[in-house]
Amino acid sequence: MVGLGKMGLSHLSMMRATPGVDVTSVCDASGYLLGGLRRYTGLETYSSFEKMLDEADLDAVIIATPSNLHGPMVRAALDKGVHVFCEKPFCLDPDEGAELAEVARAAGLVTQVGYHNRFVGAFREVKSLLDQQAIGEVVHILGEAYGPVVLKPQGSTWRSNRTAGGGALYDYAAHPLNLINWYLGEPTGAGGTVLRSIYSRSTDDAVFTTLEFGGEATAQLCVNWSDESVRKMTTQLTIWGTRGRIYVDRQECHLFLRSGMGEPPPGYREGWNVRYTTELTEPVQFYLRGEEYSAQLEAFAQRVAEGAVTGENDFDSAVVTDRSLLLMRSDAARGVTAPDGTVAASEPLPGWLVQVREWREELLSSPAVKKLRARFDAGRARLTGMRGR
Amino acid sequence: MDRLLFGDNQFFGVNHMSEEKARAQQMRFQDTDAVMAVLDDAYDEGVRTFMCTTHDRIAEVCDRVRADPQRYDGFTFFPGMPYAHKYANAVTEDGMVGALRRFVPDTGFGDAAIRGTRSIARKDIDGLVTLLVDAEMKMFEGLSTPVIFLQNVVVDLLLGLEFREAFAIFAEHVRTRYDAEPGFITMNMPRLLDVLDDVGVENPVVCANINKIGFRMSGGIEAYDEALRTRRFRAIAMSVFASGAIPPEEAIQWVCERPNLEAIVFGASSRRNIRHTRELVDTYWRT
Repeated sequence: MVGLGKMGLSHLSMMRATPGVDVTSVCDASGYLLGGLRRYTGLETYSSFEKMLDEADLDAVIIATPSNLHGPMVRAALDKGVHVFCEKPFCLDPDEGAELAEVARAAGLVTQVGYHNRFVGAFREVKSLLDQQAIGEVVHILGEAYGPVVLKPQGSTWRSNRTAGGGALYDYAAHPLNLINWYLGEPTGAGGTVLRSIYSRSTDDAVFTTLEFGGEATAQLCVNWSDESVRKMTTQLTIWGTRGRIYVDRQECHLFLRSGMGEPPPGYREGWNVRYTTELTEPVQFYLRGEEYSAQLEAFAQRVAEGAVTGENDFDSAVVTDRSLLLMRSDAARGVTAPDGTVAASEPLPGWLVQVREWREELLSSPAVKKLRARFDAGRARLTGMRGR
Repeated sequence: MDRLLFGDNQFFGVNHMSEEKARAQQMRFQDTDAVMAVLDDAYDEGVRTFMCTTHDRIAEVCDRVRADPQRYDGFTFFPGMPYAHKYANAVTEDGMVGALRRFVPDTGFGDAAIRGTRSIARKDIDGLVTLLVDAEMKMFEGLSTPVIFLQNVVVDLLLGLEFREAFAIFAEHVRTRYDAEPGFITMNMPRLLDVLDDVGVENPVVCANINKIGFRMSGGIEAYDEALRTRRFRAIAMSVFASGAIPPEEAIQWVCERPNLEAIVFGASSRRNIRHTRELVDTYWRT
């Protein structure tokens, strides 16, 4: 297990509780967390990934580090003949991702990326409905994701840095996008992409785009992680087809089937159909935070045991999403059409200026400076008071 | 312990079935008056134990109950901590250690501040657990809290990590400082009971999903029944309706047939539903 952030810790917990899996060692840059784990859980701990690969005699590794570290770590693991589960997004550079997929295939290694939504019962049901052409030809998909992550101007972890693979594009939009890839394949074009910062200084908090799929279907993404009206991240899709419409989120699936358009799929009827998570979800062996998180790890363990090189969310499928993300970034950089018909590329601030601004903000918000300011203000207030007397 | 406990999911837009219903509930209960009206109904129907999270809004409920001891005579809280989303979002913003610092009291030079800084520096889980518990318990000061729960996200995280000592530390702290029974909410009941046994937490209160369709009962219905029959613990059933997937009468009848069950926790938004559940329990739960 490498990387003990929010995802890493929960993966560690679920994996350790999965029958047939023996989690032996963990690796993280924070000596603090490692010390705690070593002391209380008896896990072998490493601060060097290379050392762990050399010494720990691993069958498989779970990589949950910041996204810009995925590429080199995955390569090092594959070179040692170790099966890899990697958090999403897979690689910020899709060419690197494709190359790693090839390396894994040549070595006969099992790979998987943590797009857990493909293990959500409701999203799986939709995949099966679309495969059966239940709503005919797909015309359009609206993919949405909202959540209360960045609600004020602050925070300086890797998630707030796009070049490290943070931001609403990589952290949030990647989820509905990956589902759209699952349902429609790889987009053939993108237009109108906006990566908008609301509070973050150096990354996007909202993402909007239109994707084309070979001139037949289209999809739009509307994503915002600065939305406090939802309690936690919610991912939802609305799908219009020639014979009906689907609404789906992780808890429920609504299917509307037009009448007189052919036989409904088994268990469904013309008009409205509603299926809930309670009937769409398979039980898992250990539950922590949603069946899908456990299910994807159980599936990975199973595939490693069987040596099943291809499977749900393997590197090849994750690279499709990586390429789609890059397509959106290129489109966003191209800019928008002005009233006079010209395309105006939005000019981002030069990197050094962004950096200087960040330093200034950090300095101003540091406790020491705040304290100084408070003292200064108090002193000035006293002075004013004395003058008044 | 009362046989019927009142839960608080409905007040905070937690609905495992539908995000639309969750939002409708959030709208309805955004003012504390609306929450109190339902709690009053529950109280008047004889459901006087409120099993709640440590959401900021519960602090307002606590204030109201404290302010009118006559009206709320015998009203009991079973707090469950922590309210996990505030921690999860803090981790995304500040990273792991940063988030920890944010929630450990750091004002002044009091006992808590010293305990906090020292605990973080030493990775002293004992100090940290007790500190976080004390911070969450502040809102319940002066109120009756005979059982204090650790929420399932934390229980099951620690369970998977095999961070066993934390359970014993929590139990010990709750018993000594609050003179309360330690409670554990879990989605993996049979496995948790083994671990609590191992670390010497005796006769714990354990709250878990227990429902006819086996929804979120990891280990399976049979393992749960076996545990209820043979293990020494105080079982509370939650999610007995499996978020509405089981008709009420069928759900209550089934759960009341489980051996050695001590209580059922349920949520409702209307007096009619509260009364209906109470009547079903009166009918099917023969002691």
